[in-house]
Amino acid sequence: MTTISTARPARTVSPSVRLARLWGGVVTALTVLLAAVWVFPLYWAAVTSLKADNDTIANPPTFWPRPLDFSSYTYILQNSPLVRWYLNSIFTSLAVTVFVLLLSMLCAYALSQIDFRGRRWLYWLLLVGFMIPFQASLIPLFILINKMGLVNNFAGLILPQLAAPLAVVIYKQFFDQIPPELGDAARIDGAGEWRVLFSIFLPLNWSITVALAIVTFIAAWNNFLWPFIVLNDPPKLTIPVGITQVQSAYGVAYAKTMATAVTAALPTALAYLIFQRRVTEGVMATAGLK
Amino acid sequence: MLETVSKPGRLVSQEKQMQLRRRGITALLMVAPFLLIYLVFLIYPSLRVLQLSLTNADLTGQGQYVGLSNYARLLREPTFWTALLNTLYFILLTVIPNTLVGLGLALLVVRLKRLKGLVLACFFLPYVLPVSVVTNIWNWVLDSNFGIVNTLTHSTLAWFQDPVWAMPAVAFVTVWWTVGFNILLFIAGLQNIPPEIYEAAALDGASGFRLFRSITWPNLWPVTSLILLLQLIAQFKIFDQVYLLTSGGPFDKTLVLLLYSYREGFQQQHGGYASTIGVVLMVVILAASLLQVRVLNRGERA
Repeated sequence: MTTISTARPARTVSPSVRLARLWGGVVTALTVLLAAVWVFPLYWAAVTSLKADNDTIANPPTFWPRPLDFSSYTYILQNSPLVRWYLNSIFTSLAVTVFVLLLSMLCAYALSQIDFRGRRWLYWLLLVGFMIPFQASLIPLFILINKMGLVNNFAGLILPQLAAPLAVVIYKQFFDQIPPELGDAARIDGAGEWRVLFSIFLPLNWSITVALAIVTFIAAWNNFLWPFIVLNDPPKLTIPVGITQVQSAYGVAYAKTMATAVTAALPTALAYLIFQRRVTEGVMATAGLK
Repeated sequence: MLETVSKPGRLVSQEKQMQLRRRGITALLMVAPFLLIYLVFLIYPSLRVLQLSLTNADLTGQGQYVGLSNYARLLREPTFWTALLNTLYFILLTVIPNTLVGLGLALLVVRLKRLKGLVLACFFLPYVLPVSVVTNIWNWVLDSNFGIVNTLTHSTLAWFQDPVWAMPAVAFVTVWWTVGFNILLFIAGLQNIPPEIYEAAALDGASGFRLFRSITWPNLWPVTSLILLLQLIAQFKIFDQVYLLTSGGPFDKTLVLLLYSYREGFQQQHGGYASTIGVVLMVVILAASLLQVRVLNRGERA
């Protein structure tokens, strides 16, 4: 005991430094408290979903479910097309992610590495499209999709989401940073453009590809407005649109509503918690900060 | 003599020309799939919306040319002005608070040594959730009878049905949902400020708020202006939260431009008139985007 206390350097610390440390500790504690308050609604949703329905409205509220009640989850899985919507969301989000990355990568590679006619004009067109909000032309887009017979069809859901120039611009910026000598060396050895792209440029940009893939997937999974407009057939809905229907069907059954919300939130929340660093990279890239 | 020299030269140039042509064709093949989808699903609809706004089309796209009468009607329509003012009110309630809260939380998070990742995750997590999950959760938290907020404060306010509180409540939920994005950008900006500047200023005896005002704030301004403009553009397009939390009510108190366009187009089948609102929205957002490009370019040059 005594040896420990004499070994502590704290004694020699001046009062002002000690005050600053105390102040720092207080600010840290407040920050952590604030973070806890910030996630509280998520915690509250999870706790509510694990209560029996009549416990959810108990006064005073219980902050820990006792006993844990999973019946809301089994109920919603059996009584709503939740699993179906899940599969729809997984399929369409994966398709959007794969095609967005592939199409943007190809387009960006040509823009960055091949000197073809109309290259400048095309890049200019992309930058203009960058500013055009698709929400403003929702009506003509719906009319077009309807004429193509793609309402209530996953192709109608997916195709407009591929028309985003953001990934092209991000890829182009990354390809521009690669010294052209690298590609030229491969071309002299007889490699075609496709080969150069997939075996040299893509591996060099693997980290941004993964980051973009995760961010694109989360965005596609969370997309609301377009699926809400183009899909009407209940078995065809995606998770974010589907659960808004369930909510009204349950009325005041809060445990079931929250169980639905928690289930729907799980994929993107887990993706973020597992790939935190990649998500951060992707967000930075899409904001133009990287 | 001359011929033998020029012959291999011509051969090379011919081969090179072939090669160039081949690369050109490859480039077209690479660009074509994206370009096709881009032209069909983004450029074409945004030109078509201009044309539709001059017609009385329904949702099938059929209609007669009516000139500028949709625009004239729009300007006389009180609901349009309500929607425009509500949108601006929503922007006022979100853009600046979201930026300031983001900055404040970033300053708090960035100074943490331990727990930094965990605390940041707490603030960022809502951002990756689907909007309908967010609205479901807040409908429950702010429920007038059994919501935890009203239970703890002994209030009976129906937040999303109250004419005064509906819009601020939607704005609050929006800030809660999206502030994580701003925190990330602010942290990136803060980490880009060289620590030597702080050390030099500390040697000169500056501390606390003085350091923030003279060093942090001016050095952070490019990021701050980026965030302000990204949000300005995003919030003009507000639809999801409003539709899910209030459906524009009570008494159109939360009716915003895109929701107005949706109602006219998809519920009333007034495709032409809804397109007119879309054009107004597009013009406003394009103006904000141009502003963004100018401000960002200025930031790069400086």
